[in-house]
Amino acid sequence: MTQPYGKHDAILPPPPDEALDGAPIPVETRLRMYELQQEIRQVETELHRLFLMGLVQGTSHLYTGMEATASAFGALLRPDDYSFATYRGHGHTLARGASMEAVFGEMLGRSTGLLGGKGGSMHLTSVEHGMLGSYAIIGAHLCIANGAAWSAKYRGTDQVAVAFFGDGTTNIGAFHEALNFAAVYDLPTIFVCENNLYMEYTPIGQITAVEHPAADRASAYGLEPIVVDGNDADAVYLTAKAAIDKARSGGGPTLIESLTYRHGGHSRADPGTYRPSEEIEAWKDRDPIPLYHQRLLRLGIEESTLTGIETDVARRVTDAAEDAKAAPRPDESVIFTNVYADGGAQWRS
Amino acid sequence: MAELSYREAVARGIAQEMEHDDRVFLIGEDVAGAGGVFKATVGLLDQFGPRRVVDTPISEQAILGAAMGAAMTGLRPIAEIMFSDFFAVCWDIVVNEIAKARYMTDGQVDVPLVIRSANGGGARFGAQHSQSVENWAMAVPGLKVVAPSTPADVIGLLAASVRDPDPVLFFEHKTLYSTKADVPDGEIVDTLGTAKIVREGADVTIVALAMMVPRALEAAERLAEDGIDAEVIDLRSLIPLDTATVLSSVEKTSRLFTVEENPRVLGWGAEVASIVADEAFWHLDAPIVRITTPHVPLPSSAALEDQTIPSVDRIVAEIEKGLV
Repeated sequence: MTQPYGKHDAILPPPPDEALDGAPIPVETRLRMYELQQEIRQVETELHRLFLMGLVQGTSHLYTGMEATASAFGALLRPDDYSFATYRGHGHTLARGASMEAVFGEMLGRSTGLLGGKGGSMHLTSVEHGMLGSYAIIGAHLCIANGAAWSAKYRGTDQVAVAFFGDGTTNIGAFHEALNFAAVYDLPTIFVCENNLYMEYTPIGQITAVEHPAADRASAYGLEPIVVDGNDADAVYLTAKAAIDKARSGGGPTLIESLTYRHGGHSRADPGTYRPSEEIEAWKDRDPIPLYHQRLLRLGIEESTLTGIETDVARRVTDAAEDAKAAPRPDESVIFTNVYADGGAQWRS
Repeated sequence: MAELSYREAVARGIAQEMEHDDRVFLIGEDVAGAGGVFKATVGLLDQFGPRRVVDTPISEQAILGAAMGAAMTGLRPIAEIMFSDFFAVCWDIVVNEIAKARYMTDGQVDVPLVIRSANGGGARFGAQHSQSVENWAMAVPGLKVVAPSTPADVIGLLAASVRDPDPVLFFEHKTLYSTKADVPDGEIVDTLGTAKIVREGADVTIVALAMMVPRALEAAERLAEDGIDAEVIDLRSLIPLDTATVLSSVEKTSRLFTVEENPRVLGWGAEVASIVADEAFWHLDAPIVRITTPHVPLPSSAALEDQTIPSVDRIVAEIEKGLV
């Protein structure tokens, strides 16, 4: 089973399911999911361009090719629900409604950034939008999402917490602690494993004892094994809606494995050349955005409507990037703010 | 006023805060049905029920993650890590998540929680259940670090920790659980970052924490027999660190001794000594002396452990030597 680095067989995507055309999803929701996918794709395309210009500081982990999952959840979650993501969290943050300018600002290290320039690409957070953080060390945020779910249950609300993570996360202890914990206390946590087939640079299948790194572990925690086509927003939507409805009504947690693929490498330093070219091409042909465009046309949406969405997003992306580029860098004084709740960094009394 | 043990004070302090604020709940391994492995949470399940007093699996990351997520969304969790040594299996959540969330999000996130843990040696438990890890916590920006030495301080500082808007690591000393002292009736709420002069003296300043406080006090009584009048300061919290009280004592006595249970290298006394050397150098009449556990893991046998952690005999001997 184990094959040498860079020499493994291509893993090809499943064929698109045209039957999903008939899924019971309101057209305005579908248009919203299309818009969200466009926003994420176009923001990250611009981010990559800014990176090549040397304007993006630090690292970045692009979500390109994986937008369907965050967009489907973005269309479904209520403003008071909680999202938790990994360092690959640009899409999950935008999908909850955080401003593009603040995302660009953070990436460019500006004072207008979502985190005032103190967090960077890997920690995007927008509490006012229910985006409770991007967590850059794998595993912890599944446990933290449980805490938000615990809080909702304790306070008697029907809010849900969603933890997005990659396939690599399924092999760290916190994943298993979190799933058991959520199941034991019937927490309204939805665990979404976005399986893009690679744990950083290594094929997940090479270093995982089961074929489906999340779904094949579900039964250990009394959960259903769920694998969904993560390159089809409608497929994700239907699965996500069932999980959210279940969590809201006290039915406890769900573990979803959303099968997808990142078009680029793991991070900006990685060209991703360890992947068979046949595999990359096949998955790019299953790009979730053109697929969704075609579905919307089949459903009778005018091409001009879709073009209108695309150009509107493009204009907003350009404006946001320009605003961020023109924004000031943070003042040095903020180094000493917000260490403690009094707003400062004072540790002596 | 009633005599109360340190362990009973923990339960009373938690009960006080749970009565005061419905957002407060307690989670940890064996804290509910069993009342804690050190019996420090006895009675809380009966009093507050299973919604607010919850037994967990052996999953320290899940426990602290749950506490953090709950704190971020409006609750005031008290989580227990059974032995402070076990922080090593969930230190990621403490250091990388809980401590940094406010800063990394530029103030978007509040994490008002308390993590209680049984810290320190003297119980012959060996190197994995006896460590004093308060200096680990002190080294992490964003955390507050509290370690009471008396039953009354347990209640008052626990209340202050629960009501504090920042994350607090609250170190209970496992060898102090059985000690008793009078505690005032009624609600007790103390203030973090306030050291206490527990014995006034003119000749030397002894700064101590947790179990080292009663030992320093006993050493001071022995030193008094030799005509040495020691002032003993119970730091009570390491962050915030009440350096004002230490500095003004050193201005008076001109001599500083720290008594630390944590292993020597980068123990909390190193920071205290550094501050005093920087800011009170011209008041000092002698080098600062740190009396610490040496830089070794703790051995188990009583014959060895008692020679490793600073004892009253060693404190007396080191101070007398330092005064020569």
